[in-house]
Amino acid sequence: MVEGQIHIEDSVIKAALESVPDPEVPVLTVLDLGVVRSVKLKGNTVYVDLTPTYSGCPAMDTMAVDISQALEAKGYQAIINLVLSPAWTTDWISENGRKKLEEYGIAAPLDELSDKRALIDGDRVVKCTNCQSTNTKLISQFGSTACKALFQCEDCLEPFDYFKCLK
Amino acid sequence: MSVDRYILSLSDNSMILGHRLSELCGHGPTLETDIALTNISLDLFGQVRGFLSVLAARQGSDVTEDSLAFLRREREHFNCILTELPNTDFAHIIVRQYFFDVFHKMQLEVLQQSTDQDIAAIAVKSLKEAKYHERFSQSWMLRLGDGTEVSHAKMQVAVNTLYPYVHELFDLTEWEKELIESGVAADTETIKEEYYRLIHQTLAQANLSTDGLSNRYAKGKHGMHTENLGFILAEFQYMQRAYPQMEW
Repeated sequence: MVEGQIHIEDSVIKAALESVPDPEVPVLTVLDLGVVRSVKLKGNTVYVDLTPTYSGCPAMDTMAVDISQALEAKGYQAIINLVLSPAWTTDWISENGRKKLEEYGIAAPLDELSDKRALIDGDRVVKCTNCQSTNTKLISQFGSTACKALFQCEDCLEPFDYFKCLK
Repeated sequence: MSVDRYILSLSDNSMILGHRLSELCGHGPTLETDIALTNISLDLFGQVRGFLSVLAARQGSDVTEDSLAFLRREREHFNCILTELPNTDFAHIIVRQYFFDVFHKMQLEVLQQSTDQDIAAIAVKSLKEAKYHERFSQSWMLRLGDGTEVSHAKMQVAVNTLYPYVHELFDLTEWEKELIESGVAADTETIKEEYYRLIHQTLAQANLSTDGLSNRYAKGKHGMHTENLGFILAEFQYMQRAYPQMEW
């Protein structure tokens, strides 16, 4: 699950990007999310390639502005370029990001097959983020944001979001 | 240029249907379906932004993503009539969505191989989302079509109204045929048979019939629309028409 993570040489730039949260899932940084596709430093200008999670994700513009500001605060100029290809997949969320999601109360994406079983066949395979039970049911395929579905645990009754697998 | 028109026709299907779904924001029958329909709308508008920003960059000068979205006249829209038909009730919303979603998904599958790199990139991205849309609308087709007496009756009325417009999804315009030759556009003839097989399979499972229904005249892809589009644009373009070049 590390295929989508990029290597950033410069520690100051890396730290700056690590300080930028996803505005809709604030426990994740833009690096955890895997939306930063490349970072290049030329002179004093940082060129950042950014890819959207879902095409209509309203958080993209905010992320672009936040990244620019974080880099400018470190004395760089930032140029953000939006790229569509290759398309983002939930496999690009870092291992650490998945852990943070779970702790925050959002179930991390399952593999494609289990995801289908959970979302189409209604199989109980998504683990409750509150009590770890898999006795959970799908409430809605579409949750509070485009990337999530809504589930409820039938053991502890907690409703929770599940980050849908996007491949 | 014909490729520009093709991009607009792809974009307009998503934009006009996306607008129809946005009308439901806060009006869905339950909170979950309300959120689902507006999420689908958001995905569709995301695709529109992809297409229109590409087109604006190609056309240059003072053409922008926004001018393409908000300043075109009715005759300059190339969406299929199906996408502009009114919401009427939840049955119409679901049947319209399902007929479109299956087509949209299959069309995007083909467009992933488009020789136009921008169209191909948007198709790869949008296809992932379109799969979720189809799952949603298909599950409601079955639940309501094969549901109670009342839900079945309402779904049948919706099928009677909307099915006659489905054929237009496969209407190939002259400019489209040229683009199929060069590998830019999707040859929808190749997916037509499978499309009808799939929707008829779902309709049968949902206990819904298309017996006796015949095709209605539909030339949306030629820029000729029903009166519905005028009302949609009146609302959609209101701000830019009333306050030209207004920005947030």
